[in-house]
Amino acid sequence: MICPPFGPMNDKGVDKMGMTITEKILAKKIGANKVEPGELISAKLDVVLANDITAAGAIPEMEKMGYDKVFDSKKVIFVMDHFVPNSDRNAAKQCKVCRDFAREKDLENFYDVGEMGIEHVLLPEKGHVLPGDVIIGGDSHTCTYGALGAFSTGVGSTDLAAGMAKGELWFKVPASIKFIYEGQLPRFLSGKDLILYTIGKIGVDGALYKAIEFTGQVIEALSLDGRFTMCNMAVEAGAKNGIIAPDKKTDDYVKARAKRPYCFYQSDADSVYENVFNFDVSSLEPQVAVPHLPSNAKNVSEVTDVKLDQVVLGSCTNGRISDLREAASILRGQKVHPFVRTIIIPGSQEVYLQAISEGLIEIFIKAGAAVSTPTCGPCFGGHLGILAEGERCLSTTNRNFVGRMGHPKSEVYLAGPAVAAASAIKGRIANPSEIA
Amino acid sequence: MPGKAFVFGDNIDTDLMVPGRYLTLSNPEELAAVCMAGVSEDFASRISRGDVFVAGSNFGCGSSREHAPVSIKAVGISCIIATSFGRIFYRNAINIGLPVLEAPIAAKSIREGDDVCVDMQSGTITNCTKDESYIFTPFPQFIMEIFRANGLSNFIKNQKTMCK
Repeated sequence: MICPPFGPMNDKGVDKMGMTITEKILAKKIGANKVEPGELISAKLDVVLANDITAAGAIPEMEKMGYDKVFDSKKVIFVMDHFVPNSDRNAAKQCKVCRDFAREKDLENFYDVGEMGIEHVLLPEKGHVLPGDVIIGGDSHTCTYGALGAFSTGVGSTDLAAGMAKGELWFKVPASIKFIYEGQLPRFLSGKDLILYTIGKIGVDGALYKAIEFTGQVIEALSLDGRFTMCNMAVEAGAKNGIIAPDKKTDDYVKARAKRPYCFYQSDADSVYENVFNFDVSSLEPQVAVPHLPSNAKNVSEVTDVKLDQVVLGSCTNGRISDLREAASILRGQKVHPFVRTIIIPGSQEVYLQAISEGLIEIFIKAGAAVSTPTCGPCFGGHLGILAEGERCLSTTNRNFVGRMGHPKSEVYLAGPAVAAASAIKGRIANPSEIA
Repeated sequence: MPGKAFVFGDNIDTDLMVPGRYLTLSNPEELAAVCMAGVSEDFASRISRGDVFVAGSNFGCGSSREHAPVSIKAVGISCIIATSFGRIFYRNAINIGLPVLEAPIAAKSIREGDDVCVDMQSGTITNCTKDESYIFTPFPQFIMEIFRANGLSNFIKNQKTMCK
Protein backbone atom coordinates (compact mmCIF):
# COMPACT_ATOMS: atom_id res chain seq x y z
CA MET A 1 0.00 0.00 0.00
CA ILE A 2 1.57 3.28 -1.11
CA CYS A 3 0.62 6.21 1.09
CA PRO A 4 -0.39 9.63 -0.15
CA PRO A 5 2.65 11.82 -0.80
CA PHE A 6 3.57 14.56 1.61
CA GLY A 7 2.17 17.99 0.77
CA PRO A 8 4.20 21.12 0.12
CA MET A 9 6.83 21.37 2.81
CA ASN A 10 5.63 24.75 3.97
CA ASP A 11 3.45 27.61 2.86
CA LYS A 12 6.17 29.29 0.88
CA GLY A 13 7.33 26.04 -0.68
CA VAL A 14 10.91 26.97 0.16
CA ASP A 15 11.94 23.94 2.17
CA LYS A 16 12.11 21.17 -0.38
CA MET A 17 14.70 19.13 1.45
CA GLY A 18 13.70 15.47 1.41
CA MET A 19 12.95 13.29 4.40
CA THR A 20 14.09 9.85 5.47
CA ILE A 21 11.61 7.05 6.03
CA THR A 22 12.01 7.45 9.82
CA GLU A 23 11.28 11.19 9.60
CA LYS A 24 8.25 10.59 7.38
CA ILE A 25 6.67 8.07 9.75
CA LEU A 26 7.16 10.37 12.74
CA ALA A 27 5.91 13.43 10.83
CA LYS A 28 2.78 11.61 9.69
CA LYS A 29 2.02 10.46 13.24
CA ILE A 30 2.01 14.00 14.56
CA GLY A 31 0.13 15.37 11.56
CA ALA A 32 3.06 17.46 10.35
CA ASN A 33 4.51 17.82 6.90
CA LYS A 34 8.03 17.71 8.20
CA VAL A 35 10.11 16.89 11.24
CA GLU A 36 13.81 17.53 11.70
CA PRO A 37 16.45 15.56 13.57
CA GLY A 38 16.72 16.82 17.14
CA GLU A 39 13.08 17.96 17.27
CA LEU A 40 11.11 16.81 20.32
CA ILE A 41 7.73 15.36 19.42
CA SER A 42 4.96 13.48 21.16
CA ALA A 43 3.69 10.68 18.93
CA LYS A 44 0.67 8.41 19.15
CA LEU A 45 1.56 4.74 19.48
CA ASP A 46 0.20 1.94 17.30
CA VAL A 47 1.55 -0.85 19.50
CA VAL A 48 2.88 -0.99 23.06
CA LEU A 49 4.64 -4.29 23.74
CA ALA A 50 5.80 -5.75 27.05
CA ASN A 51 7.30 -9.06 28.18
CA ASP A 52 7.13 -10.78 31.55
CA ILE A 53 10.07 -8.79 32.95
CA THR A 54 9.19 -5.32 31.71
CA ALA A 55 5.40 -5.62 32.08
CA ALA A 56 5.89 -6.62 35.71
CA GLY A 57 7.90 -3.42 36.15
CA ALA A 58 5.43 -1.23 34.26
CA ILE A 59 2.23 -2.36 36.01
CA PRO A 60 3.01 -0.75 39.39
CA GLU A 61 4.36 2.37 37.64
CA MET A 62 1.13 2.76 35.67
CA GLU A 63 -0.81 2.51 38.91
CA LYS A 64 1.52 5.07 40.49
CA MET A 65 0.69 7.41 37.59
CA GLY A 66 -2.95 7.18 38.60
CA TYR A 67 -4.24 5.11 35.67
CA ASP A 68 -6.35 2.04 36.24
CA LYS A 69 -6.72 0.99 32.62
CA VAL A 70 -4.66 0.77 29.47
CA PHE A 71 -5.34 3.21 26.63
CA ASP A 72 -6.41 0.43 24.25
CA SER A 73 -6.80 -3.24 25.18
CA LYS A 74 -5.97 -4.25 21.58
CA LYS A 75 -2.80 -2.20 21.22
CA VAL A 76 -1.15 -3.14 24.52
CA ILE A 77 0.38 -6.55 23.86
CA PHE A 78 1.95 -8.80 26.52
CA VAL A 79 4.20 -11.74 25.64
CA MET A 80 5.41 -14.02 28.42
CA ASP A 81 8.73 -15.15 26.93
CA HIS A 82 11.73 -14.44 29.15
CA PHE A 83 11.47 -16.55 32.31
CA VAL A 84 8.85 -18.76 30.64
CA PRO A 85 7.90 -21.58 31.06
CA ASN A 86 8.52 -20.32 34.59
CA SER A 87 12.06 -21.12 35.64
CA ASP A 88 11.63 -20.74 39.42
CA ARG A 89 9.30 -19.40 42.07
CA ASN A 90 10.35 -15.76 41.65
CA ALA A 91 9.73 -16.01 37.90
CA ALA A 92 6.34 -17.60 38.53
CA LYS A 93 5.43 -14.76 40.89
CA GLN A 94 6.58 -12.14 38.38
CA CYS A 95 4.61 -13.73 35.54
CA LYS A 96 1.54 -14.02 37.76
CA VAL A 97 1.54 -10.23 38.15
CA CYS A 98 1.35 -9.95 34.33
CA ARG A 99 -1.20 -12.75 33.95
CA ASP A 100 -3.53 -11.27 36.56
CA PHE A 101 -3.23 -7.80 35.03
CA ALA A 102 -3.87 -9.07 31.49
CA ARG A 103 -7.04 -10.85 32.58
CA GLU A 104 -8.26 -8.01 34.73
CA LYS A 105 -7.75 -5.44 31.97
CA ASP A 106 -9.03 -7.78 29.24
CA LEU A 107 -5.93 -7.51 27.07
CA GLU A 108 -6.95 -9.00 23.74
CA ASN A 109 -3.41 -9.86 22.79
CA PHE A 110 -1.90 -11.69 25.71
CA TYR A 111 0.45 -14.53 24.75
CA ASP A 112 1.35 -17.14 27.32
CA VAL A 113 2.82 -20.66 27.34
CA GLY A 114 1.44 -22.75 24.51
CA GLU A 115 0.62 -19.80 22.30
CA MET A 116 3.53 -17.52 22.86
CA GLY A 117 6.71 -17.17 20.88
CA ILE A 118 9.72 -14.95 21.37
CA GLU A 119 8.11 -11.52 21.19
CA HIS A 120 9.98 -10.17 18.16
CA VAL A 121 9.39 -13.34 16.18
CA LEU A 122 5.75 -13.50 17.25
CA LEU A 123 4.46 -9.95 16.69
CA PRO A 124 5.27 -9.71 12.96
CA GLU A 125 3.91 -13.24 12.42
CA LYS A 126 0.61 -12.36 14.05
CA GLY A 127 0.31 -9.17 12.00
CA HIS A 128 0.41 -6.97 15.09
CA VAL A 129 3.20 -4.74 13.78
CA LEU A 130 2.88 -3.20 10.33
CA PRO A 131 4.66 -0.85 7.93
CA GLY A 132 4.35 2.82 8.90
CA ASP A 133 3.59 2.07 12.57
CA VAL A 134 5.12 3.78 15.59
CA ILE A 135 5.85 1.05 18.13
CA ILE A 136 7.46 0.97 21.56
CA GLY A 137 8.35 -2.16 23.45
CA GLY A 138 9.74 -2.88 26.86
CA ASP A 139 12.64 -4.73 25.32
CA SER A 140 15.70 -3.28 23.64
CA HIS A 141 15.28 -5.50 20.57
CA THR A 142 11.94 -3.92 19.73
CA CYS A 143 13.87 -2.24 16.90
CA THR A 144 13.34 -5.54 15.00
CA TYR A 145 10.11 -4.29 13.39
CA GLY A 146 11.99 -1.68 11.38
CA ALA A 147 12.42 -4.58 8.93
CA LEU A 148 8.79 -4.00 7.94
CA GLY A 149 9.28 -0.26 7.47
CA ALA A 150 7.97 0.74 10.90
CA PHE A 151 9.48 3.11 13.47
CA SER A 152 10.05 0.85 16.42
CA THR A 153 12.18 1.29 19.51
CA GLY A 154 12.91 -0.18 22.93
CA VAL A 155 12.02 1.53 26.21
CA GLY A 156 12.20 0.76 29.92
CA SER A 157 9.34 0.03 32.29
CA THR A 158 8.41 3.61 33.19
CA ASP A 159 8.17 4.76 29.55
CA LEU A 160 6.27 1.56 28.92
CA ALA A 161 3.84 2.42 31.73
CA ALA A 162 3.31 5.90 30.26
CA GLY A 163 2.71 4.34 26.84
CA MET A 164 0.30 1.75 28.24
CA ALA A 165 -1.65 4.46 30.05
CA LYS A 166 -1.68 7.24 27.48
CA GLY A 167 -0.95 5.66 24.10
CA GLU A 168 1.53 8.40 23.44
CA LEU A 169 5.22 9.04 24.13
CA TRP A 170 7.77 11.78 23.52
CA PHE A 171 10.69 11.16 21.19
CA LYS A 172 13.62 13.13 19.92
CA VAL A 173 13.61 12.73 16.14
CA PRO A 174 16.83 10.83 15.37
CA ALA A 175 19.32 11.76 12.67
CA SER A 176 19.80 8.91 10.19
CA ILE A 177 22.82 6.92 9.06
CA LYS A 178 22.59 5.03 5.79
CA PHE A 179 24.28 1.72 4.99
CA ILE A 180 24.43 0.59 1.37
CA TYR A 181 25.28 -3.07 0.77
CA GLU A 182 26.38 -3.91 -2.77
CA GLY A 183 27.41 -7.12 -4.48
CA GLN A 184 26.13 -10.61 -3.84
CA LEU A 185 26.04 -12.27 -0.45
CA PRO A 186 28.15 -15.46 -0.61
CA ARG A 187 26.83 -18.93 0.31
CA PHE A 188 26.29 -19.55 4.06
CA LEU A 189 26.07 -15.84 4.83
CA SER A 190 22.91 -14.23 6.13
CA GLY A 191 21.58 -11.06 7.70
CA LYS A 192 23.53 -11.95 10.84
CA ASP A 193 26.88 -11.76 9.06
CA LEU A 194 25.93 -8.39 7.55
CA ILE A 195 24.94 -6.89 10.87
CA LEU A 196 27.94 -8.27 12.80
CA TYR A 197 30.22 -6.94 10.07
CA THR A 198 28.47 -3.56 10.22
CA ILE A 199 28.68 -3.26 14.02
CA GLY A 200 32.31 -4.33 13.73
CA LYS A 201 32.91 -1.38 11.41
CA ILE A 202 31.13 1.33 13.44
CA GLY A 203 31.38 0.05 17.02
CA VAL A 204 28.79 -0.52 19.76
CA ASP A 205 28.22 3.23 20.03
CA GLY A 206 28.66 3.95 16.32
CA ALA A 207 24.98 4.84 15.86
CA LEU A 208 24.18 6.12 19.35
CA TYR A 209 20.76 7.85 19.42
CA LYS A 210 20.49 7.50 15.61
CA ALA A 211 18.25 5.80 13.05
CA ILE A 212 20.04 3.22 10.92
CA GLU A 213 18.73 2.68 7.43
CA PHE A 214 19.79 -0.51 5.61
CA THR A 215 19.69 -0.25 1.81
CA GLY A 216 21.24 -1.57 -1.39
CA GLN A 217 20.86 -4.55 -3.69
CA VAL A 218 21.90 -7.03 -0.99
CA ILE A 219 19.08 -5.85 1.28
CA GLU A 220 16.61 -5.98 -1.61
CA ALA A 221 17.63 -9.59 -2.20
CA LEU A 222 17.51 -10.48 1.51
CA SER A 223 14.56 -12.44 2.93
CA LEU A 224 12.28 -10.82 5.50
CA ASP A 225 13.85 -13.15 8.08
CA GLY A 226 17.30 -11.77 7.27
CA ARG A 227 15.97 -8.23 7.47
CA PHE A 228 14.48 -8.90 10.91
CA THR A 229 17.89 -10.14 12.07
CA MET A 230 19.60 -6.97 10.86
CA CYS A 231 17.13 -4.50 12.36
CA ASN A 232 17.04 -6.57 15.57
CA MET A 233 20.70 -5.82 16.23
CA ALA A 234 20.59 -2.10 15.34
CA VAL A 235 20.48 -1.46 19.10
CA GLU A 236 23.85 -3.23 19.46
CA ALA A 237 25.35 -0.26 17.58
CA GLY A 238 23.52 2.07 19.98
CA ALA A 239 20.79 2.96 17.47
CA LYS A 240 17.31 4.14 18.39
CA ASN A 241 15.85 2.24 15.47
CA GLY A 242 16.87 0.23 12.43
CA ILE A 243 14.76 0.48 9.32
CA ILE A 244 14.40 -0.98 5.83
CA ALA A 245 12.19 0.49 3.11
CA PRO A 246 9.21 -1.79 2.50
CA ASP A 247 8.97 -3.46 -0.90
CA LYS A 248 7.06 -6.25 -2.61
CA LYS A 249 8.56 -8.83 -0.24
CA THR A 250 7.31 -6.80 2.70
CA ASP A 251 3.87 -6.55 1.15
CA ASP A 252 3.74 -10.30 0.47
CA TYR A 253 4.63 -10.89 4.13
CA VAL A 254 2.21 -8.46 5.74
CA LYS A 255 -0.84 -8.65 3.47
CA ALA A 256 -1.60 -12.19 4.61
CA ARG A 257 -1.29 -11.17 8.26
CA ALA A 258 -2.53 -7.59 8.66
CA LYS A 259 -5.93 -6.96 10.16
CA ARG A 260 -5.76 -3.17 9.75
CA PRO A 261 -4.47 -0.77 7.08
CA TYR A 262 -0.77 -0.05 6.81
CA CYS A 263 1.40 2.45 5.05
CA PHE A 264 4.60 2.20 3.02
CA TYR A 265 7.08 5.07 3.26
CA GLN A 266 10.30 5.49 1.29
CA SER A 267 13.17 7.87 1.92
CA ASP A 268 13.42 10.71 -0.58
CA ALA A 269 16.42 10.70 -2.90
CA ASP A 270 17.55 14.01 -1.41
CA SER A 271 16.98 13.10 2.24
CA VAL A 272 19.75 14.07 4.62
CA TYR A 273 22.00 11.49 6.31
CA GLU A 274 24.54 12.17 9.00
CA ASN A 275 26.75 9.53 7.45
CA VAL A 276 26.65 7.06 4.55
CA PHE A 277 28.59 3.79 4.46
CA ASN A 278 29.12 1.65 1.36
CA PHE A 279 30.02 -2.01 1.73
CA ASP A 280 30.69 -4.50 -1.05
CA VAL A 281 29.97 -7.85 0.57
CA SER A 282 30.67 -10.20 -2.36
CA SER A 283 33.81 -11.61 -0.76
CA LEU A 284 32.71 -11.37 2.87
CA GLU A 285 33.45 -14.40 5.09
CA PRO A 286 31.03 -15.63 7.76
CA GLN A 287 31.40 -13.34 10.78
CA VAL A 288 31.93 -14.21 14.45
CA ALA A 289 31.82 -11.59 17.22
CA VAL A 290 34.28 -12.68 19.90
CA PRO A 291 33.88 -11.81 23.62
CA HIS A 292 32.82 -9.41 25.05
CA LEU A 293 31.22 -6.99 22.59
CA PRO A 294 29.05 -7.51 19.49
CA SER A 295 31.47 -5.17 17.69
CA ASN A 296 34.37 -7.63 18.00
CA ALA A 297 33.57 -9.08 14.58
CA LYS A 298 36.13 -11.37 12.97
CA ASN A 299 36.24 -13.56 9.88
CA VAL A 300 35.36 -17.10 10.93
CA SER A 301 38.71 -18.35 9.57
CA GLU A 302 40.50 -16.32 12.27
CA VAL A 303 38.81 -18.16 15.14
CA THR A 304 38.48 -21.80 14.07
CA ASP A 305 40.74 -22.93 16.92
CA VAL A 306 38.21 -21.92 19.61
CA LYS A 307 36.79 -25.01 21.35
CA LEU A 308 33.16 -24.97 22.47
CA ASP A 309 31.03 -26.43 25.27
CA GLN A 310 27.65 -25.27 23.99
CA VAL A 311 25.92 -24.01 20.86
CA VAL A 312 22.60 -22.13 21.04
CA LEU A 313 20.51 -21.58 17.93
CA GLY A 314 17.47 -19.39 18.36
CA SER A 315 16.39 -16.06 19.92
CA CYS A 316 14.67 -12.93 18.56
CA THR A 317 17.72 -12.52 16.34
CA ASN A 318 17.87 -15.95 14.66
CA GLY A 319 14.92 -18.10 15.72
CA ARG A 320 13.01 -17.92 12.43
CA ILE A 321 12.28 -20.61 9.86
CA SER A 322 15.08 -19.54 7.47
CA ASP A 323 17.56 -19.83 10.33
CA LEU A 324 16.40 -23.36 11.17
CA ARG A 325 16.47 -24.35 7.49
CA GLU A 326 20.04 -23.08 7.15
CA ALA A 327 21.15 -25.01 10.23
CA ALA A 328 19.31 -28.17 9.14
CA SER A 329 20.96 -28.09 5.71
CA ILE A 330 24.30 -28.47 7.50
CA LEU A 331 23.21 -30.83 10.31
CA ARG A 332 21.38 -33.24 8.00
CA GLY A 333 22.86 -36.71 8.48
CA GLN A 334 25.54 -35.37 10.84
CA LYS A 335 26.13 -35.70 14.58
CA VAL A 336 26.93 -32.82 16.90
CA HIS A 337 30.22 -33.14 18.75
CA PRO A 338 29.78 -35.24 21.95
CA PHE A 339 31.15 -32.43 24.15
CA VAL A 340 28.93 -29.72 22.69
CA ARG A 341 25.47 -29.28 24.21
CA THR A 342 23.46 -28.07 21.25
CA ILE A 343 20.23 -26.26 22.07
CA ILE A 344 17.85 -25.28 19.27
CA ILE A 345 14.90 -23.02 20.06
CA PRO A 346 12.30 -22.24 17.40
CA GLY A 347 11.19 -18.64 17.90
CA SER A 348 7.45 -19.30 17.85
CA GLN A 349 4.88 -22.06 17.63
CA GLU A 350 4.36 -21.22 13.95
CA VAL A 351 8.08 -21.61 13.29
CA TYR A 352 8.13 -24.81 15.37
CA LEU A 353 5.21 -26.36 13.45
CA GLN A 354 6.70 -25.36 10.11
CA ALA A 355 10.02 -26.91 11.15
CA ILE A 356 8.22 -30.12 12.11
CA SER A 357 6.36 -30.30 8.81
CA GLU A 358 9.59 -29.75 6.87
CA GLY A 359 11.37 -32.49 8.86
CA LEU A 360 13.88 -30.06 10.38
CA ILE A 361 13.18 -31.03 13.98
CA GLU A 362 13.85 -34.68 13.15
CA ILE A 363 17.19 -33.68 11.62
CA PHE A 364 18.11 -31.76 14.78
CA ILE A 365 17.14 -34.52 17.19
CA LYS A 366 18.85 -37.21 15.14
CA ALA A 367 21.96 -35.03 15.11
CA GLY A 368 21.93 -35.01 18.92
CA ALA A 369 20.56 -31.52 19.55
CA ALA A 370 17.99 -30.59 22.18
CA VAL A 371 14.93 -28.78 20.83
CA SER A 372 12.96 -26.53 23.16
CA THR A 373 9.63 -24.72 23.25
CA PRO A 374 10.08 -21.00 22.41
CA THR A 375 11.80 -18.96 25.16
CA CYS A 376 14.39 -16.20 25.56
CA GLY A 377 15.91 -18.24 28.43
CA PRO A 378 19.57 -18.84 27.54
CA CYS A 379 20.18 -15.62 25.58
CA PHE A 380 20.05 -13.37 28.66
CA GLY A 381 21.38 -15.92 31.16
CA GLY A 382 17.91 -16.51 32.58
CA HIS A 383 17.52 -20.29 32.37
CA LEU A 384 17.86 -23.31 30.08
CA GLY A 385 21.52 -23.31 29.09
CA ILE A 386 23.47 -21.32 31.70
CA LEU A 387 27.28 -21.50 31.39
CA ALA A 388 29.73 -22.49 34.14
CA GLU A 389 33.04 -20.73 34.84
CA GLY A 390 35.43 -21.17 31.93
CA GLU A 391 32.80 -22.50 29.51
CA ARG A 392 32.38 -21.25 25.96
CA CYS A 393 29.25 -20.98 23.89
CA LEU A 394 28.72 -20.05 20.28
CA SER A 395 25.28 -18.54 19.97
CA THR A 396 23.06 -17.04 17.30
CA THR A 397 21.80 -14.55 19.89
CA ASN A 398 22.64 -10.84 20.04
CA ARG A 399 24.90 -10.09 23.01
CA ASN A 400 28.20 -11.49 24.20
CA PHE A 401 28.70 -9.19 27.19
CA VAL A 402 30.61 -10.38 30.26
CA GLY A 403 28.47 -12.95 32.09
CA ARG A 404 25.62 -12.64 29.59
CA MET A 405 24.82 -16.37 29.56
CA GLY A 406 26.02 -17.29 33.03
CA HIS A 407 29.28 -17.11 34.94
CA PRO A 408 31.25 -13.85 34.51
CA LYS A 409 34.20 -15.99 33.41
CA SER A 410 32.23 -17.78 30.68
CA GLU A 411 32.42 -16.66 27.07
CA VAL A 412 29.87 -16.09 24.31
CA TYR A 413 30.71 -15.94 20.60
CA LEU A 414 28.02 -14.58 18.28
CA ALA A 415 27.42 -15.90 14.76
CA GLY A 416 24.75 -16.85 12.25
CA PRO A 417 22.96 -20.20 12.01
CA ALA A 418 25.32 -21.75 9.43
CA VAL A 419 28.40 -21.17 11.59
CA ALA A 420 26.44 -22.38 14.65
CA ALA A 421 25.50 -25.68 12.97
CA ALA A 422 29.00 -26.30 11.60
CA SER A 423 30.57 -25.47 14.99
CA ALA A 424 28.21 -27.84 16.83
CA ILE A 425 29.44 -30.67 14.61
CA LYS A 426 33.13 -29.83 14.88
CA GLY A 427 33.20 -29.01 18.61
CA ARG A 428 35.02 -25.79 17.79
CA ILE A 429 34.17 -22.69 15.82
CA ALA A 430 33.97 -23.84 12.22
CA ASN A 431 33.42 -22.43 8.76
CA PRO A 432 30.29 -24.02 7.25
CA SER A 433 32.31 -24.72 4.10
CA GLU A 434 34.25 -27.32 6.15
CA ILE A 435 31.07 -29.43 6.35
CA ALA A 436 28.91 -28.85 3.30
CA MET B 1 27.97 17.15 50.35
CA PRO B 2 30.60 15.73 47.98
CA GLY B 3 30.43 12.07 46.95
CA LYS B 4 33.28 9.71 46.12
CA ALA B 5 33.72 8.82 42.49
CA PHE B 6 33.68 5.27 41.15
CA VAL B 7 35.27 5.34 37.71
CA PHE B 8 34.38 2.96 34.85
CA GLY B 9 35.54 2.62 31.24
CA ASP B 10 33.57 2.61 27.99
CA ASN B 11 30.54 0.46 27.08
CA ILE B 12 29.49 -0.61 30.57
CA ASP B 13 26.39 -2.65 29.73
CA THR B 14 23.28 -3.22 31.82
CA ASP B 15 24.13 -6.93 32.20
CA LEU B 16 27.11 -5.82 34.32
CA MET B 17 24.85 -3.60 36.43
CA VAL B 18 22.13 -6.18 37.09
CA PRO B 19 22.88 -9.59 35.52
CA GLY B 20 19.99 -11.48 33.89
CA ARG B 21 19.61 -13.94 36.74
CA TYR B 22 18.44 -11.09 39.01
CA LEU B 23 15.68 -9.90 36.70
CA THR B 24 12.98 -11.53 38.79
CA LEU B 25 13.82 -9.07 41.58
CA SER B 26 11.72 -5.95 41.66
CA ASN B 27 11.99 -4.12 44.94
CA PRO B 28 14.69 -1.43 45.01
CA GLU B 29 16.36 -2.69 48.22
CA GLU B 30 16.93 -6.14 46.75
CA LEU B 31 18.21 -4.58 43.53
CA ALA B 32 20.52 -2.26 45.51
CA ALA B 33 22.24 -5.29 47.04
CA VAL B 34 23.20 -6.64 43.58
CA CYS B 35 24.25 -3.31 42.03
CA MET B 36 27.15 -3.88 39.59
CA ALA B 37 27.16 -7.59 40.47
CA GLY B 38 28.48 -8.33 36.99
CA VAL B 39 31.64 -6.35 37.84
CA SER B 40 31.97 -7.96 41.26
CA GLU B 41 29.44 -9.57 43.58
CA ASP B 42 30.35 -7.32 46.53
CA PHE B 43 30.45 -4.04 44.59
CA ALA B 44 27.32 -2.66 46.27
CA SER B 45 28.90 -2.94 49.73
CA ARG B 46 31.62 -0.45 48.74
CA ILE B 47 29.15 2.30 47.85
CA SER B 48 28.08 5.02 50.33
CA ARG B 49 24.99 7.18 49.90
CA GLY B 50 25.81 10.26 47.78
CA ASP B 51 28.67 8.66 45.83
CA VAL B 52 28.83 9.19 42.07
CA PHE B 53 29.54 7.00 39.05
CA VAL B 54 31.85 8.34 36.34
CA ALA B 55 32.21 6.53 33.02
CA GLY B 56 33.36 6.75 29.43
CA SER B 57 31.15 6.42 26.40
CA ASN B 58 27.91 4.43 26.02
CA PHE B 59 27.31 3.82 29.75
CA GLY B 60 24.28 1.55 30.11
CA CYS B 61 24.30 0.06 26.63
CA GLY B 62 22.38 -3.13 26.02
CA SER B 63 19.15 -4.27 27.57
CA SER B 64 16.17 -2.03 28.41
CA ARG B 65 16.03 -3.38 31.98
CA GLU B 66 15.07 -0.51 34.27
CA HIS B 67 16.44 -2.64 37.10
CA ALA B 68 19.86 -1.18 36.17
CA PRO B 69 19.25 2.49 37.04
CA VAL B 70 16.84 1.49 39.84
CA SER B 71 19.60 -0.55 41.47
CA ILE B 72 22.16 2.26 41.07
CA LYS B 73 19.80 4.82 42.55
CA ALA B 74 18.67 2.54 45.38
CA VAL B 75 22.24 1.78 46.48
CA GLY B 76 22.74 5.52 46.96
CA ILE B 77 24.50 6.79 43.84
CA SER B 78 23.46 10.44 43.49
CA CYS B 79 24.31 10.92 39.81
CA ILE B 80 26.17 9.44 36.87
CA ILE B 81 28.66 11.46 34.84
CA ALA B 82 29.69 9.99 31.48
CA THR B 83 30.98 10.84 28.03
CA SER B 84 27.74 9.38 26.63
CA PHE B 85 24.97 6.98 27.63
CA GLY B 86 23.13 4.07 26.04
CA ARG B 87 19.90 5.71 24.94
CA ILE B 88 17.38 3.46 26.71
CA PHE B 89 19.38 3.64 29.95
CA TYR B 90 19.49 7.43 29.62
CA ARG B 91 15.71 7.70 29.38
CA ASN B 92 15.17 5.11 32.11
CA ALA B 93 17.48 6.95 34.51
CA ILE B 94 15.67 10.25 33.99
CA ASN B 95 12.31 8.51 34.26
CA ILE B 96 13.18 7.14 37.71
CA GLY B 97 14.74 10.43 38.85
CA LEU B 98 18.45 9.53 38.65
CA PRO B 99 20.51 12.38 37.13
CA VAL B 100 22.64 11.32 34.15
CA LEU B 101 25.06 13.99 33.00
CA GLU B 102 26.78 13.99 29.61
CA ALA B 103 30.04 15.73 30.48
CA PRO B 104 33.00 14.39 28.45
CA ILE B 105 35.71 16.55 30.06
CA ALA B 106 34.54 15.72 33.57
CA ALA B 107 34.36 12.04 32.60
CA LYS B 108 37.97 12.16 31.41
CA SER B 109 39.34 14.18 34.33
CA ILE B 110 37.75 12.62 37.42
CA ARG B 111 39.74 9.79 39.01
CA GLU B 112 38.61 6.94 41.27
CA GLY B 113 38.01 8.23 44.79
CA ASP B 114 37.90 11.94 43.88
CA ASP B 115 35.34 13.95 45.85
CA VAL B 116 32.74 15.33 43.46
CA CYS B 117 29.84 17.80 43.83
CA VAL B 118 27.16 18.56 41.24
CA ASP B 119 25.01 21.68 40.84
CA MET B 120 22.15 20.69 38.56
CA GLN B 121 20.76 24.22 38.18
CA SER B 122 23.93 25.87 36.95
CA GLY B 123 25.34 22.79 35.23
CA THR B 124 28.56 22.61 37.21
CA ILE B 125 30.52 19.62 38.43
CA THR B 126 33.13 20.40 41.09
CA ASN B 127 36.04 18.07 41.76
CA CYS B 128 37.04 18.99 45.35
CA THR B 129 40.04 16.65 45.32
CA LYS B 130 41.64 18.25 42.28
CA ASP B 131 40.13 21.70 42.77
CA GLU B 132 38.72 21.66 39.25
CA SER B 133 35.28 22.30 37.86
CA TYR B 134 33.59 21.17 34.67
CA ILE B 135 30.39 22.26 32.99
CA PHE B 136 27.48 20.42 31.44
CA THR B 137 24.34 21.68 29.68
CA PRO B 138 21.66 21.95 32.37
CA PHE B 139 18.51 19.92 31.77
CA PRO B 140 15.48 21.65 30.23
CA GLN B 141 12.70 22.64 32.59
CA PHE B 142 10.44 19.63 31.99
CA ILE B 143 13.24 17.19 32.82
CA MET B 144 14.12 19.16 35.97
CA GLU B 145 10.48 18.81 36.96
CA ILE B 146 10.70 15.03 36.53
CA PHE B 147 13.73 15.04 38.87
CA ARG B 148 11.89 17.23 41.37
CA ALA B 149 8.92 14.84 41.32
CA ASN B 150 11.38 11.95 41.87
CA GLY B 151 10.52 10.34 38.55
CA LEU B 152 8.12 10.36 35.62
CA SER B 153 5.40 8.30 37.32
CA ASN B 154 5.01 10.84 40.14
CA PHE B 155 5.30 13.68 37.62
CA ILE B 156 2.41 12.30 35.54
CA LYS B 157 0.36 11.65 38.67
CA ASN B 158 0.92 15.23 39.88
CA GLN B 159 -0.04 16.61 36.47
CA LYS B 160 -3.16 14.47 36.42
CA THR B 161 -4.17 15.67 39.88
CA MET B 162 -3.59 19.30 38.90
CA CYS B 163 -5.83 18.96 35.84
CA LYS B 164 -8.76 17.64 37.87
